[in-house]
Amino acid sequence: MSMAIEKMGTYARFRQLALPRTLICGMVIIGVSLLIAFFPALFAPYDPIAFDYKALLKGPTLAHPFGTDSFGRDVLSRVIHAYTIDMQIAVFATVGPFIFGTIVGAYVGYAGGLAEATFGRVVDAVITFPFLVLVIAIVSVLGPGLANMYIAVGIVGWVFYARLVAAEVKVQKRLDYADAGRVMGYTPMRIVFRHLLPNAITPAIVYWMTDMALAILLGSSLGYLGLGAQPPAAEWGVQIADGKNFMSTAWWISVFPGIAIVITGLGFSLLGDGLAQLMRVRR
Amino acid sequence: MRVGIGTGLGLTVRGLTTLFDTPRGTALAVADVDLDVAPGEMVGLVGESGSGKSVTLRSIMGLVQTPGHVTGRVEWGGRDLVAMPSEELRRIRGSEIAMIFQEPMTALNPVLPVGLQLEENLVAHTRLNARERRARALELMTIVGIPAAERRLNEFPHQFSGGMRQRAMIAIALACSPKLLLADEPTTALDVTIQDQILKLLLDLRDRLAMSVLLVTHDLGVIAGTCDRMAVMYAGRIVEMGSVVDVFSQPHHPYTRGLLGSVPRAGAVRTMLSSIEGTPPSLTHLPAGCAFHPRCSFATEICRQERPPLTSIGHERKAACFHHDRVAAAEAIL
Amino acid sequence: MPLFSFVLRRILQMIPTVVFILVVTFVLVRLLPGDPASAMLGDRAIDADVERINASLGLDKPIPIQFLYFVKNVFTGDLGTSIALKLPVTTIIMQRLPVTLMLTLMAALLALILAVPLAFLAALKREQTADAVIRGTFQVGLSMPVFYVGILMLTVFGATLKWFPVGGYGDTFGDRLYHLFLPALTLAFSFSAVLMRNLRSSVIGVINAEYVDFARAKGLRPRTIMIRHVLRNALISTVTLFGLQIGTLFGGAVITETVFAVPGAGRLMIDSIYGRDYPVLQGLTIALAVLVSLTFLATDIFQAWLDPRIAR
Repeated sequence: MSMAIEKMGTYARFRQLALPRTLICGMVIIGVSLLIAFFPALFAPYDPIAFDYKALLKGPTLAHPFGTDSFGRDVLSRVIHAYTIDMQIAVFATVGPFIFGTIVGAYVGYAGGLAEATFGRVVDAVITFPFLVLVIAIVSVLGPGLANMYIAVGIVGWVFYARLVAAEVKVQKRLDYADAGRVMGYTPMRIVFRHLLPNAITPAIVYWMTDMALAILLGSSLGYLGLGAQPPAAEWGVQIADGKNFMSTAWWISVFPGIAIVITGLGFSLLGDGLAQLMRVRR
Repeated sequence: MRVGIGTGLGLTVRGLTTLFDTPRGTALAVADVDLDVAPGEMVGLVGESGSGKSVTLRSIMGLVQTPGHVTGRVEWGGRDLVAMPSEELRRIRGSEIAMIFQEPMTALNPVLPVGLQLEENLVAHTRLNARERRARALELMTIVGIPAAERRLNEFPHQFSGGMRQRAMIAIALACSPKLLLADEPTTALDVTIQDQILKLLLDLRDRLAMSVLLVTHDLGVIAGTCDRMAVMYAGRIVEMGSVVDVFSQPHHPYTRGLLGSVPRAGAVRTMLSSIEGTPPSLTHLPAGCAFHPRCSFATEICRQERPPLTSIGHERKAACFHHDRVAAAEAIL
Repeated sequence: MPLFSFVLRRILQMIPTVVFILVVTFVLVRLLPGDPASAMLGDRAIDADVERINASLGLDKPIPIQFLYFVKNVFTGDLGTSIALKLPVTTIIMQRLPVTLMLTLMAALLALILAVPLAFLAALKREQTADAVIRGTFQVGLSMPVFYVGILMLTVFGATLKWFPVGGYGDTFGDRLYHLFLPALTLAFSFSAVLMRNLRSSVIGVINAEYVDFARAKGLRPRTIMIRHVLRNALISTVTLFGLQIGTLFGGAVITETVFAVPGAGRLMIDSIYGRDYPVLQGLTIALAVLVSLTFLATDIFQAWLDPRIAR
């Protein structure tokens, strides 16, 4: 039995030539999303903030496939233009924490000792607290708007990346090739960044993908609460808030933006899962 | 306390075959294995990793699940274990036939006390009350030689030393006085001195409890020290069988010869260790003809074309090789 | 009694955390722009009045003294008075926090009911259709924002089918269960997805462990094996996850309470942030942080009970 199971592992390694299915699905979804985000005007039939008082709260028709809202705006066009804002949120809210968190994590993981102990306390404190509440608190202090949301997320979000990278670096620095580096007299900085980090960064990258999905959820939640993107900007959370009072009469205003959130979130999750699978196979 | 239907006939395995459906094809882990273990006998099953010896044990016990399929006949106490419904088989497992594993740290549940893991065996197969179970547990701990049994029963596996854990596993296996013990590399994970103790324990138990043992190992030294008869497995098949004395003194299969030759011996003239060239074949893509022929120095054309059947070559002596006489006549190894 | 000393050790470890929480809360609240007096009196406040009120709140004393007063007050249960509602903060919190607690507990229970059996099913039928369907459904659920799920639940089950009330809290215990069911289900939706994912891989890991094989070799009943050997071991890592998710759960509660107009601590927090009601904010933060620490403690203890290797 041991041999048959062993061989399955080798087989999986053969399959690395073909990318995992989840990865491909994720790439397709996100690829299309990025396309729409960069060129919304190509896809949207109408101007997202143009009112049309003659077509208020109309249901889905050929002219307006997703219907219109209480201002007569075309829901489809608004959903499409919202891609720009929401994809922006996904990237801007995560890239800072990713970079900063990775650097801090690498340092803490390698240094150990007091740095590690202090960091551990910080991590405890941060994860103890509800992320959303923290962000809301910071945003309400700084004022509503996307820029402030990025700041708020940045203040807290880096911890999750740092935690992952620190754990990986800690493991990696015990491995033989790290010792080899030390023996050859490499400076710690070089060891960490050129040798340990490329291996240690993998879980952080995978988490980044999932984090982007979470960022969209967070961004749209804040948009819903009125603390994120501000009306009349087209953002999915804002759109859902617009339609929340019309759910029984004009469900399309809120439902379609929500579907966009789900699809995009799924895209990032699949991307993350696919990457994780790919990395597992490579190991 | 004797549990189990009187057997007197021992274990009879005929044509045991185990296949696994893997993404790379069907793996033939065990092919057409015939084995006998008489009451009170200790039979050794030896081979490299991947030879199918562990799978053989698990197939006998009925532990193989999809994607594995077991066919053949395993007769025990007049019944066929392979064809038996699972509930009936469950009642025999652990009570009449017991199995011990290679690595006691992973075979024992880390979060449950050892005593509980012992007593649940009794709960599953006997009608003893709590007090009686405790008494039996203490008795077993003493039989296998674990001191301070009372305290030990409440402790967890990680609090035991390696050798003690193996003893505990043996105690658990013996709970219902099985007539047959299947031992899957019981000493491989232990150091040499502890190995010795455990083997002595097994021999002692075999004598005292009139238990049969089917011992699987890759270590010839273990076989030499404990077993009456032995079988050599390669690529899922038995290639040689006979009493330990016979096989060691005059092997009739090139693989057996290779195995014996590759054991370093203290006190002998120092020569190069002979090892068998090549590696064991993939179980999904076995070579045509004799599975061993790519590595065999006695191989001829017929070996590449036809698979040699396991034939009887003497009293209770079998070998699967077209050239077994030449092998037997070759210069003695031991 | 290793478990007992473990519990004791963990409780002692909580003390510095609690102190840390108090310090951080104290500092953070003081960092917020605007002072309570101006907030109370509005834009047209006269300086003298502002000073008077600040003095009465003790805000003119040096910071360390203020902190000591603060700590003393916290331990005697005096968390100040709400600026907006003019009631003692402790009273307000005692009114609203139990609501959120009830909501969260219901959500956790529903999440467990959803996640555990399905995780087992998915693990046992690994890589087959059932597994893919279960995982796919939960993944979609995980991708839906809480407010979206809430709005959909509200519309479908509340407004349209009229099976449940559209928000609010209710009076008797039974009535409250009824009112909180939809919000709890909303929260449970994404929580169960996280639980299911973790439990499934946990079960898969455990089912392939040697000790499960050994248990089968002992001839134990399948049910005994599942519960005593598989479930117990698989739960160990899931319990940790439970504790870690408390923060997310509360965040979800905040949104759910907003959507369903439930008078809970979540909404109170948002309102007090908006309205710069610092005493309430401060009190809530402390209460929340202490609750979360207690939850961590509880999960740690439960985990140590499940896995005796931890208590060493």
